[in-house]
Amino acid sequence: MALFSRTIEKLKNGLRKSRDKIGNSLKTVLTLGRKIDEELLEQLEEQLITADIGVETSMQIIDDLRSAWKEKKIAAAEDIIPFLKQDLIACWPERDRQLKMADQPPTVVMITGVNGCGKTTSVGKLSYWLSQQGHKVVLGACDTFRAAAVEQLSIWSKRCDVQIVKHQQDSDPAAVAFDACEAALARKTDFLIVDTAGRLHTQQNLMRELTKIRDVIARKIPEAPHEVIQVLDATTGQNAINQAKMFTQAVNVSGIMLAKLDGTAKGGIVIAIRNQINIPVKFIGIGEGPEDIEPFDPESFVEALFS
Amino acid sequence: MFDSLTQKFNNVFRSLSGRGRITEDNVRDAMRQVRTALLEADVNFKVVKDFCESVTQKALGAEVIKSLHPGQMMIKIVNDELTQLMGPVDSRIYYVSPGPTVILLAGLQGSGKTTTAGKLAKYLVSKGKKPLLVADDLQRPAAILQLQTLGEQLGVPVHCDFDSKDPVKVAVKGVHVARSSDRDVVVLDTAGRLHIDADLMDELGRVCKAVTPHQIYLVCDSMTGQDAVNSAKEFNDQLELDGVILTKLDGDARGGAALSVKAVTGKPIKFIGVGEKLDKLEEFHPDRMAGRILGMGDVVSLVEKAQEQFDAEEAEKLQQKMAKGQLTFDDFLKQMQMMKKMGGMKDIMKLIPGIGSQMAGMDVDDGEIKRIEAIVHSMTKKERQNPDLIDASRRRRIARGSGTEPHDVSGLVKTFNQTRQMMKTMSGMGMMGRMKAMKQLGNMDMFGGKVPQMKIKQRSKRKKVDRKKKAKGGQSRSKGRR
Repeated sequence: MALFSRTIEKLKNGLRKSRDKIGNSLKTVLTLGRKIDEELLEQLEEQLITADIGVETSMQIIDDLRSAWKEKKIAAAEDIIPFLKQDLIACWPERDRQLKMADQPPTVVMITGVNGCGKTTSVGKLSYWLSQQGHKVVLGACDTFRAAAVEQLSIWSKRCDVQIVKHQQDSDPAAVAFDACEAALARKTDFLIVDTAGRLHTQQNLMRELTKIRDVIARKIPEAPHEVIQVLDATTGQNAINQAKMFTQAVNVSGIMLAKLDGTAKGGIVIAIRNQINIPVKFIGIGEGPEDIEPFDPESFVEALFS
Repeated sequence: MFDSLTQKFNNVFRSLSGRGRITEDNVRDAMRQVRTALLEADVNFKVVKDFCESVTQKALGAEVIKSLHPGQMMIKIVNDELTQLMGPVDSRIYYVSPGPTVILLAGLQGSGKTTTAGKLAKYLVSKGKKPLLVADDLQRPAAILQLQTLGEQLGVPVHCDFDSKDPVKVAVKGVHVARSSDRDVVVLDTAGRLHIDADLMDELGRVCKAVTPHQIYLVCDSMTGQDAVNSAKEFNDQLELDGVILTKLDGDARGGAALSVKAVTGKPIKFIGVGEKLDKLEEFHPDRMAGRILGMGDVVSLVEKAQEQFDAEEAEKLQQKMAKGQLTFDDFLKQMQMMKKMGGMKDIMKLIPGIGSQMAGMDVDDGEIKRIEAIVHSMTKKERQNPDLIDASRRRRIARGSGTEPHDVSGLVKTFNQTRQMMKTMSGMGMMGRMKAMKQLGNMDMFGGKVPQMKIKQRSKRKKVDRKKKAKGGQSRSKGRR
């Protein structure tokens, strides 16, 4: 229970800025007793777009609102927030948000994303989160490209007291993945978390490398990787949709970790991603410390966005 | 998204075509598309609003140049305005004397500061400077090591202190080291921080106070969304930035953040990062960025390029020749050379709205054009004027002269005759007909393309066009299919 209340607290703190911003502007728009009209809807659309939800998805949400209004389900401004909440929370049913476990350990989690979105930090936090729950975790340092990425992950492994499998810089990431799988099997760990190098989704050769890493893992451990998490910087704009599309094409992304939600960015793009590519959000990152990770809770997310 | 947007523009502009003047309704219609385009490119909502307002005013007052499509005029206004907003270009780094010049890089986490520091060092070296990198990111694990590795790769010294916890001290020490070791530029790589993190922003302020950097650059991820304005504004308020470096532009993000950041800070965008390798730092070009943000190719440069290259008088002459079907190989060659001056065939095709998407699957080979040129150059003056002269013997000679095969020559002559025929047909058409015919032009084998057969409403009675079906297999003439 303590953990749970901390979750809410963290999320609220993390989202306070965003909430203040959007909430305040929403409040000025949604004054009590105001009737819904086209002007109001337009102002709302502006708010949604400013939250990076995107033009298309914002328009859809507004259309939903409009038809509900036309059907007389809602009439006053104060009905709008509960309606939006319900509308958005329905995007993320609970079963989508859980980490899929392997029938037979190790459960392999592969982490991908573009450069600088926070992959290595997220791997560190995730390993901390899992080991706090009593799981035995091993990390695979497959980012062999960026200078000192292996060292960065090594520091995380010490910090979280988990094992790590690593090679030299510039070695073949698929080979690291292979060794990491062997180590996970031999040491009978519960989880293997594979960190990969950041790559822009437009670099086809690098995306193929990613597919290769995945294939190597799958060959070594049947049905692995059980989860492919794409780390997404909450400040990212509409390009996140392309990112998610291309990463899904390469390695079949099964969930998103929304990092850096402790800033003023609202991360509204995950709504568009859910809408267009149907990828759920599994975790959020709200700081630089190991404990700054939470499972995604759509209710708090939407609440923090609108309350 | 990209294609659909171009499509949207086309629809608006099609409705504009044929009119001499842009009416207010046309403009508002087009501006709605522009607004969507900008929002989808992540330009901040408020910035978009102001921008659209000013463009609408400009467009309403603007005369349409007769020879241009009103739609293109509209794009030109939008484009010019965008370019102007993001400009002026100022990629110079202002050095101080006596040195060292201190450059500080700041930004959010993961925006690419450390990599940019490396790139900047390389750029400085190429300008004959002797930079010193200072690893002032004491926050992220292994950040110092990362900068050290980069320094090693570049052969640039790195000042670092693994034990220190105080970035102010490290920065001050770094500047001292530079002074005593005769380095003339110091690049300070600071830790990534959130603009709302008061403690860390304070710390950055203290670093600035201690070393008084001559240039402070904000490193900004080009994929940033609406939030770009918030962070840029905050950094600018606290640090008084001198410029912005936009990173990760090698991706497919449209980079609306560039416009947002420029709009809220008023500071020039100095450089852009276009790849992970250390030489991938380029100077910023607002015009290219404008095209990218609009996501519609670069019609304006095409129009401008065309205007530059095509002499109006000559064009008129050519038009008359075309109408009479008197086009010669000389004209043909001239046209090709103009096209070449404007960039490769592929680039030109991409620039033309509407055609670009039609040609997506087409493989336009610029080498092919070179070959055609060679063939034409190998013809005598007479042959160029009157291609019918070319018989088997002449064909052999031309082929030898151009290093091609005789059937290549006959293929070109055939294509040429078709073109001539079509030009004649086209000159009798309206704008729409011409557009269609243009598409058909791409259908011919002179570009060695693999274009799907397109349905063309044939207004002329001439049946000759049917022969173009031979291009269906996508075989190029030079491959000797016949």
